[in-house]
Amino acid sequence: MSDMQPTAPSFWNDTGKTGLTSWIFSTDHKRIGLLYFYTTISFFLVGVVLGLLLRIELMAPGRTIMGAQTYNALFTVHGVVMIFLFIIPGIPGAFGNMVMPIQVGARDVSFPRLNLLSWWLYIIGAVIILVSLFSGGGAPDTGWTFYVPFSSRTGTNVSLAVFGVFIVGFSSILTGVNFVTTIHRLRAEGMTWSRIPLFTWSLYATAWVQILATPILAITLVLVMAERVLGTGLFDPTRGGDPVMYQHLFWIYSHPAVYIMILPAMGIVSDIIPVFSRKPIFGYKMIAFSSLAIAAAGSLVWGHHMFTSGMSDTAVVVFSFLTFIVAIPSAIKVFNWISTLYKGSISLEAPMLFALSFILLFSIGGLSGLILGAAATDVHVHDTHFVVGHFHYVMFGGTGFAIFAAMHYWLPKFYGRRYKEKPAIVAWALMFTGFNILYFTMQVLGMKGMPRRYYDYLPEFGPLNLVATIGSWILAAGLILMLVNLFRGLFRGEPFDGNPWGGATLEWSVATPPPTENFEGEPVVTHGPYDFSGVKK
Amino acid sequence: MDQHQPHIVSNTKLIGIWLALLVLTALTVAITRVELGGYKVVGALTVACAKAGLVIAVFMHMKYEGVLLRWLLFLTLVTLAIFIGFTFFDVLYR
Repeated sequence: MSDMQPTAPSFWNDTGKTGLTSWIFSTDHKRIGLLYFYTTISFFLVGVVLGLLLRIELMAPGRTIMGAQTYNALFTVHGVVMIFLFIIPGIPGAFGNMVMPIQVGARDVSFPRLNLLSWWLYIIGAVIILVSLFSGGGAPDTGWTFYVPFSSRTGTNVSLAVFGVFIVGFSSILTGVNFVTTIHRLRAEGMTWSRIPLFTWSLYATAWVQILATPILAITLVLVMAERVLGTGLFDPTRGGDPVMYQHLFWIYSHPAVYIMILPAMGIVSDIIPVFSRKPIFGYKMIAFSSLAIAAAGSLVWGHHMFTSGMSDTAVVVFSFLTFIVAIPSAIKVFNWISTLYKGSISLEAPMLFALSFILLFSIGGLSGLILGAAATDVHVHDTHFVVGHFHYVMFGGTGFAIFAAMHYWLPKFYGRRYKEKPAIVAWALMFTGFNILYFTMQVLGMKGMPRRYYDYLPEFGPLNLVATIGSWILAAGLILMLVNLFRGLFRGEPFDGNPWGGATLEWSVATPPPTENFEGEPVVTHGPYDFSGVKK
Repeated sequence: MDQHQPHIVSNTKLIGIWLALLVLTALTVAITRVELGGYKVVGALTVACAKAGLVIAVFMHMKYEGVLLRWLLFLTLVTLAIFIGFTFFDVLYR
């Protein structure tokens, strides 16, 4: 990789170390960030291919290209790969590692070797998950939620898959520990809490959720393994167990995990919008506070996944009420982003287009979430395609588009070369169009009663399923164009020097690409992260 | 952390805590024999918390640590208590 990069001293070449081992055993946060980036984006592409295959299968009623068991396995693997191997580690592992230490004025994270171990644990977990697909009884067919009693009885290779997820969980915990410590202990002189960029603030809130919630998933998955291997009966009612308890334990982690996925994405958007509006962010403190509020309130609402599970009515009312509380800090962010745009000098370049799309798509996803959070309406659309559409609006339209924004915003900084603007905008337009055709149609299908995770369906759902599948092809075309343009630009594009976006956060004050030690001396911070006075674009 | 002083707990105190843990374990068993309905769980968890508190404070030396570490542990325990407590909105009222 390095011979294609600029020859000026940077983290690509200034240590004199080259070759594969200089990357996979590197403790430099930028190299680890890039390792995370390439591995997570590879798994993303795997997940995309699986998703496209699922859409082709659903294009028409009856068998199209695969049988029912294959379909069950594919939607499970699609979910496991996308959630545990792409979205959860995607932003903290890749962009958090690359950008956060520079944003706070540090030379590296607090525990660089722990950081490398985190990536290795991720890889080991990922390999175990991949092995589980082709060994034992074959790929798990439970859905990514591994619900009992099916997951404790199915003959497919659930035990190995959950063990892989268990290992990946430790990677996430280590990243959280590293980020909390770094943000507390390694901030440069003058980098007060009210000068920390909002991307770093969002990583801080996320890191606490990673530390506090992930161990519960780990224990829960161990219990599933115990159930399968030892027959403990923890979730088996015939032996005094409780299957609904599994759902509690699973969602105690997995709902906060949704915020592990979306909070850093909100941080990316909070950093990009002021830069491309040439205005300080509106309501800095409230956006920072709302990240913590989302992390805290979001940890109390897991029961809204279980309204139809047989849970008590008291719990349904409590969890439904609490779910609506999360809407408040989420709305604070959206209104503050929009207020930042007001009377700004807006330039619609690729990072900004993806960031603006985030606001719209996340809002649609968030509002459809209220329909699911209200117990009365949830009962009607539970386990339908409406849920699938909602989830993809938040996770793909939200986090996915934010990752694309970050790729266009920060990767040129680390490569010293840039992509072509016009193809990037065409790719964005294709993806935005295809995305809405695909997932909005899914929400309509769900409202009409099409269940999720069904291999076959009634003929009346045929036309809309065809439309959704065509949307997936448009989305995929845009994705291919975006990746080809981006990577071609990063390796062979025009030089990207200085501070072309006009950012005011610390990463734009260092050389492009940054040197291994990031800063020449000890940086001293004298202004806020969105003070653009004196910053030329 | 830089000012951390190693602290040696006396054998008498360690044995005292050990005996207290044994008494609390006996109490846990005793609670199962009393008909308390759903509150049996509350009782068992209270005793378990007291036992864990003794272990953390004395055996794990948290009693002799600084304020920051105590707060971090407190936050973790509150989170755990919320997770368990909220689950009982379901279990107790089903």
